[in-house]
Amino acid sequence: MKKGKIWSLIVLLVFSMMLAACSSGDSGSEGEKGSGDGGSSGGNKTLVFGRGGDSVSLDPSSVTDGESMKVAANIFETLLNFGEQDTTIHPGLAKEWEASEDGLTYTFQLEEGVKFHDGTDFNAEAVVKNFERWANGDADTFPYYQSMFGGFKGDEGHVIDSVTADGDYTVIFKLKRPQAPFLKNVAMTMFGIGSPTAFEKDGDKFGDNPVGTGPFKFVEWKRNDSITIEKNEDYWKDGLPKLDRVIFRSIPDNAARLNALIKGDVDLADGINPSDAGTIEGDDNLQLFERPSMNIGYLGMTVTREPFGDAKVRQAFNHAIDKQAIIDAFFEGAAEIAKNPIPPSVSGYNDAIEGYDFDPEKAKELLAEAGYPDGFEMDLWAMPVPRPYMPDGQKVAEVIQKNLADIGVKANIVSYEWATYLEKASKGEADAFLLGWTGDNGDADNFIYALLDRESIGSNNYTYYDNAELHDILIEAQTEVDEDKRNELYAKAQEIVHEDAPWVPLAHSIPLLGGSADITGFKAHPTGSDILTNVDFK
Amino acid sequence: MLQYIGKRLLQLIPVLLGMTFIVFMIIRAIPGNPAQVILGQQASKEAVAALEAKLGLDQPWYTQYFEFLMNIFRGDLGESLRTRSPVADELWPYLAATIELAVFAMIIAVIIGVNAGIISAWFQNSWFDYTAMILALIGVSVPIFWLGLMGQWVFGIEMDLLPTTGREDVRNPVHAITGLYVIDTLIQGRFDQFGQVLRHLILPGIALATIPMAIIARMTRSSMLEVMRSDFVRTARSKGQKMFLVVYKHALKNAIIPVLTVIGLQMGILLGGAILTETIFGWPGIGRYIYDAIGFRDYPVVQSGILVVAFIFVMINLLVDVLYSVVDPRIKYD
Repeated sequence: MKKGKIWSLIVLLVFSMMLAACSSGDSGSEGEKGSGDGGSSGGNKTLVFGRGGDSVSLDPSSVTDGESMKVAANIFETLLNFGEQDTTIHPGLAKEWEASEDGLTYTFQLEEGVKFHDGTDFNAEAVVKNFERWANGDADTFPYYQSMFGGFKGDEGHVIDSVTADGDYTVIFKLKRPQAPFLKNVAMTMFGIGSPTAFEKDGDKFGDNPVGTGPFKFVEWKRNDSITIEKNEDYWKDGLPKLDRVIFRSIPDNAARLNALIKGDVDLADGINPSDAGTIEGDDNLQLFERPSMNIGYLGMTVTREPFGDAKVRQAFNHAIDKQAIIDAFFEGAAEIAKNPIPPSVSGYNDAIEGYDFDPEKAKELLAEAGYPDGFEMDLWAMPVPRPYMPDGQKVAEVIQKNLADIGVKANIVSYEWATYLEKASKGEADAFLLGWTGDNGDADNFIYALLDRESIGSNNYTYYDNAELHDILIEAQTEVDEDKRNELYAKAQEIVHEDAPWVPLAHSIPLLGGSADITGFKAHPTGSDILTNVDFK
Repeated sequence: MLQYIGKRLLQLIPVLLGMTFIVFMIIRAIPGNPAQVILGQQASKEAVAALEAKLGLDQPWYTQYFEFLMNIFRGDLGESLRTRSPVADELWPYLAATIELAVFAMIIAVIIGVNAGIISAWFQNSWFDYTAMILALIGVSVPIFWLGLMGQWVFGIEMDLLPTTGREDVRNPVHAITGLYVIDTLIQGRFDQFGQVLRHLILPGIALATIPMAIIARMTRSSMLEVMRSDFVRTARSKGQKMFLVVYKHALKNAIIPVLTVIGLQMGILLGGAILTETIFGWPGIGRYIYDAIGFRDYPVVQSGILVVAFIFVMINLLVDVLYSVVDPRIKYD
């Protein structure tokens, strides 16, 4: 009798569990590997792109984050394009361009017959209106315009004097002074040309309903969840794009994103941990993509804090740290040892420089020469968040701590929440700190000047390194239009930085992506803005 | 009763005021500058200062706080510094996602937790009791991210039963009306999507349910044990009442009050958003929304978001207190 009651209870329990999990029975439409054939509605070629975060705005000129650019690069087009996997300059909405001898006038010939997604004609006037819109903004509305073109209308530093239309399809830019990376700046996703009709109507809401000329049109945005764009049927390049829809999904956790990729819930995923590369390579349904490196991860030393004011101490650190061991352990080999502040893919890279070799004895000698034969004690700042240029700041810091202990320096690892970390480091409160940088436009200026010039102290020169000779060279290089002469200047600049050693350059990492095996035509771009026009499924 | 509710609502005002003050001060006490975060690493010092002035961040803190409070009284939750959209507009979709997941998780937690607790008490010291209580102990201690990733691996990849992440099949998206997808799909008669939405709820729902389930089970068990020893239970049994009825009808009714309290508290916690679960399952809920806002020093979102969450928390607890008198008529509020 009693047994019967227990059974009835168990039945009850099981029943309630089934009730709770009722769901799984009543459907089965999804579940099969989703790639290619897509779901039950809309076009038949849908690509789901899994990534770490959501976009902030889809008006790329109004924001600075890479996740916004990733989507915008497929909705908007720029006057010039970068190469498929580098930052060389190619035609975009402008089919031809010409620079005057003095580097002060640029003339662009535009493609004809291009239309924005809302039907507005793309022409010289539209280009002028876009640049007018940006030039009349402020740092809050168009932050990148300020950093790339030196300010806004009326500012002394503003490089662009005027943008005018000459007929329907010719645009003339007049500059106040030559700007060497001008064409590269114009090619940045941030300066994608939007429909004047749309941004005049929507004002600062343009980012919620972006209208460009790109291969895909904006459809829907579910914040923190997904952004859907669909094929622009009237795209001006025949037969493109090949996909019908692209859905960008935010999955913050790297392991969960990998799970979603293996399951087929997403077709393409970025932010693959170097340690998971093997999993992808070993899976027949998947393929691994490498994003060409355009970054630098480094250990900065704040030269205003003793004993880092002494170049010998900084050189000693360069000899003390075993970069190869760090790359092997935490980048799983998906990185290249760094010896300069700019990556090798960037024009002007000085390959003649001999990197500091790993030599603890030499390091000890240098320390002794600097007056610290018994070492010293210091704080070593470790990044709290993974970044493409530094997958695990904490663990890298531990290796460095061990390396430094071997030369008698006692390093205490400290860390702060990310925004706090950046703020405190930028104020020069760290002895030595891990940090990095991903290039915006593939120009050397965007690395050396942005990170090590005296004018960047307070913004991105966290080391407070200040060298007058370097400054003169960098300023000269900014206006030098001759590529060879410019590269010579940067070669010299790298020598100075190498000698003064305000950093220990650690690695140029190769960010990894994973995709389903039947994806074709995908090329990861070093800037992180992947244009999906040629992507298709087998 | 109404008087009691009115009194309780009045008491909420100082609580919420104090809460806004604490949140306001804490988010400003930590270093980090929203203007810098908005403008990015490239920005010049002048640009940062100009933006600070524009956003009113250069004002003394009491001016800013007063401004914030006045806006709240006007029903204005402020504007996100990062996206420049009104917080009130942004908040609902996140809150809806959280409510859907929290309610689903709580249903699982209550059904399994309460029953497991009752049976454990009924058959105290039996194998079921031991197993259930050990599982409950594991339930409160197992790290959610591990459980979540394992769930994805086993049920998503190996068994290919459930989707790994997200709220919906993005290839067949739900058209949001209320933001609660379970309801939206039913309204639109999209039963295929309704099934999809439920399937997406299962893994995160179970992950989120483990802790409240375990707490509820243990609370039910101890409360039931106490009641089962009381005289009326013995009387009922000696009159030949069926054990099942004794337990589920008489004893449970008397033991449920502390369990209700726990359920109320846990529900409040779940509705505050679960950052870990939301992160692992890519769930666009309110926990991640506020957490991200902290990282970006998006003061209005943090302040107003936490205010809304706190408001929900206290309202649920008020609701639980009112429920006491429904469940147990001896409790009167006068």
